Amino acid sequence: MGPADTTTALDAKLRAEHVGMVFDRDGKSVSVLEHINLDVRNGEFICMVGPSGCGKTTLLNVMGGFLSPTSGSVTIDREVVHGPDPRRILVFQEQGVFPWLTVEGNIGFGLSKLSAADRSERIAHYVQMMRLQGFENTYPSDLSGGMKQRLQVARALAVNPDILYLDEPFGALDSVTRLIMRGELLRIWQTERRTIIFVTHDIDEAVQLADRVVVLSSRPAKIQDVLTIDIPHPRNISSARYLEHRDDLLKKIGLAYTV
Amino acid sequence: MKYVVASLFRVTWGFSLAAVIAIPLGLTIGWYRRAEMAVNPLVQILRPISPLAWIPIAILWYGVGDMAAIFLIFVGCFFPLLLTAMSAVHNVAPVYVNVGRNFGLSTPDFIYRVLYPAVVPQLITGSRITLGIAWLVVVAAEMIAVSSGLGFLIVDARNAGNRYDLVLAGMVIIGAIGLLLDLAMRSLERVKSFRWGYSEN
Repeated sequence: MGPADTTTALDAKLRAEHVGMVFDRDGKSVSVLEHINLDVRNGEFICMVGPSGCGKTTLLNVMGGFLSPTSGSVTIDREVVHGPDPRRILVFQEQGVFPWLTVEGNIGFGLSKLSAADRSERIAHYVQMMRLQGFENTYPSDLSGGMKQRLQVARALAVNPDILYLDEPFGALDSVTRLIMRGELLRIWQTERRTIIFVTHDIDEAVQLADRVVVLSSRPAKIQDVLTIDIPHPRNISSARYLEHRDDLLKKIGLAYTV
Repeated sequence: MKYVVASLFRVTWGFSLAAVIAIPLGLTIGWYRRAEMAVNPLVQILRPISPLAWIPIAILWYGVGDMAAIFLIFVGCFFPLLLTAMSAVHNVAPVYVNVGRNFGLSTPDFIYRVLYPAVVPQLITGSRITLGIAWLVVVAAEMIAVSSGLGFLIVDARNAGNRYDLVLAGMVIIGAIGLLLDLAMRSLERVKSFRWGYSEN
């Protein structure tokens, strides 16, 4: 949560170095990411914002190991990322929970190596944390959108990952549910202290949540700016400082103050 | 009654053999795009051949008897099931595959815990349709290749003195059993862990 802008190589949890991504589409090469350099500290909450289609999701997939960058590298704990790993879990925008498993089955999905007793204890813990009590044996088709996303986060947290990647996880939810979910996520982040990298297109969401906001340019995405939001949680979203940060961010993205 | 059992026996064997071979094969081919490109032309040539066109070959290979009829049902079921399995794999949402990879599943675990549950609803629907085909084929096969079963009953009733009452009775029984088979397959669609694959109603 420290406001330090300079991060030394030593305490970088995740480091992206000159990451570039070129896709081949119908014989034409399309550059999606260019020269992405970013250091993320352990326990930091990073939000990535940028125009839609700019490559935020691509960058997240590269960091998660689902895509290999065409140039540069991503290192986590000084180890180059070569593929997805249960130590870092990606939470998808929607449809990420398995519809053929109950709430318990989904949370326990990554826990098959634990003994039955440990597993059910872990499941119970996250059922409670994510406020899914009473729905343990419910299938996702009978859950609301917000509950499905809570379930997806619970499944991710249950395997005890170092890093949580979230790809517009609340994007498909209504605005009230979204606000509640942000509160829940902050509460979890404060109690469990994971490194979180959160992609969103919602400026307010970024300013409410992040330690630092990474602003990406339109395609090919480059890091245009990194803003530090040095307001302690819980943040008063009508305070002058909050609005100042928000306006600053809007300006950086090139949007006016008025609609 | 004896004839009903004989027909069901053949359908069960022909359909089960086809399912056991065609479904794993189709899933594998569907998963590897290259295998699909290699196999697809052959499948597309064999598929439009009516199972009934195989009757002479079935008799040539297996003689008149159960094996010939089972073989015909097998042929009739094989391609629909193969195509169902191939397209079922294509329709698995990429997000499930990614989640499976993210949680570090081994290949057998991945097949058992992600791929298989993701394709089951589509396989059930495909099997339902295919079982209907099997039930059509068995009647035709029994008219020619064997001397028992419901198809034989109909032909025999006509040949043995135009007993059209027995012909109609045979048809009614065929219809009723077809309906029961379909209902049995449908009940699978209501199993809770499969139900997600069907539109809400």
